[in-house]
Amino acid sequence: MTIHTANEAEIVAAGLASAASRHFGGPATIEGLRRESGGASRQTWCFDALVGDQRHELILRRDPPTTGAAERASATALDRATEFGVLRAAFRSGVRAPEVLFELAAQDGLGEGFVMRRVGGIAIARKLLRDPPYADARGKIARQLGEIVARIHAVDTAGLPPLPHREAADQVAALRTALDSLDQPQPVFELALSWLDRRRPAPTARPLLVHGDFRTGNYLADEHGVTAILDWEGAHLGDPIEDLGWLCVKSWRFGSIDKPAGGFGSREELWSAYENAGGIAVDPARAHWWEVFGTVRWGVICLTQAWRHLSGSVKSMELASIGRRAVETEVDLLQLLKEAS
Amino acid sequence: MAQDRPTTSELLSAIGDFLREEATPALDRAEPRLGFQMRVAVNSLAILERESRLGPAADAREHARLVALIGRDGTLAELNRELARQLRAGERDERDAALMTHLDATTADKIAIANPKWR
Repeated sequence: MTIHTANEAEIVAAGLASAASRHFGGPATIEGLRRESGGASRQTWCFDALVGDQRHELILRRDPPTTGAAERASATALDRATEFGVLRAAFRSGVRAPEVLFELAAQDGLGEGFVMRRVGGIAIARKLLRDPPYADARGKIARQLGEIVARIHAVDTAGLPPLPHREAADQVAALRTALDSLDQPQPVFELALSWLDRRRPAPTARPLLVHGDFRTGNYLADEHGVTAILDWEGAHLGDPIEDLGWLCVKSWRFGSIDKPAGGFGSREELWSAYENAGGIAVDPARAHWWEVFGTVRWGVICLTQAWRHLSGSVKSMELASIGRRAVETEVDLLQLLKEAS
Repeated sequence: MAQDRPTTSELLSAIGDFLREEATPALDRAEPRLGFQMRVAVNSLAILERESRLGPAADAREHARLVALIGRDGTLAELNRELARQLRAGERDERDAALMTHLDATTADKIAIANPKWR
């Protein structure tokens, strides 16, 4: 992991001052700049821009100029410009998402990225699930997520930048390809992928905007509940039920295992909120298929994250250690397949 | 040649205890980001400690089951590669009771090392 230096912060502040001055149409001063935790390749910075007597509380998302394709978290992740376009379209159609303001330009010297308004709330699952200030919110989050994801799926796809279209069959094939690029055979994942392949749902009649990483840990919430959906780099067109299945993967319950909807509620609560907010009727078998798929997906991501370290592309103890989490999903998969039979 | 004590498990435990009880609090005060990384390291050491105690017998059990299941001898990697191939090809599936017994047992042994609290 790269240790960020004072020098890096100065470069970022200078680039942001020029980008913010251009956007707000007046000289901008950057204050309180600090890097949030997160990966070395995809950075999040928090800062204020002062323009005249106006203070704008902002967030920068960027890939530093040195980031090569090998460092990308995943080959299927969107670039920053596309993520910007998806976020803008989602915000404009009323999705609870951060308001994106402007993109970086080449002359800012900060690589690819964009700036959005800061939203209150925290993303840390363990606090949302256990700390006293969030007691009220805990009773609301499952329903709120159902409503918000229905809004995401209602975004007019004509207003989106070009996005990959990935249906169930493509996704099963992609996980097999990912397994083939690793050097270790994985019988439990192979079993689950064959199970999925034999039961895969028909392609959607009309592919919708799918968030692609809709889970606890990827949204902000405060004492009233969800404030903003984050991490849109996995957005694609496809089967909307994919988002509902992924949210219910056991790894995203962070220990609250009896509450499948992200650790906050039942599947039925989530589905009824989704349907009432305009989502399509949820077929439980289809949702289960995507939950099983999501469980394999997270297991394969654990292995590929470790592989980023093992292959020498990024040196990171943290990534290496994620490899040993894959077995958690094997335990869950064997359980899920038994429940299904 | 046998090494003197501490054993692998004893030494890993001693290192883990020191890092968790003494080094981590100091690091949390000085540099919280490194404190988080240290917790990841301490957790990984605990995995290695369990693996040093439980791993050899678990590997032997897995190997014996695989030989019976596949019907020939080979290294763990070779036998698992063959099992993975059969599963992808659909030559075996979840209706095969011997297969499921093997996968349950193997996964139980793996999680006992990687994260015994997982449920």
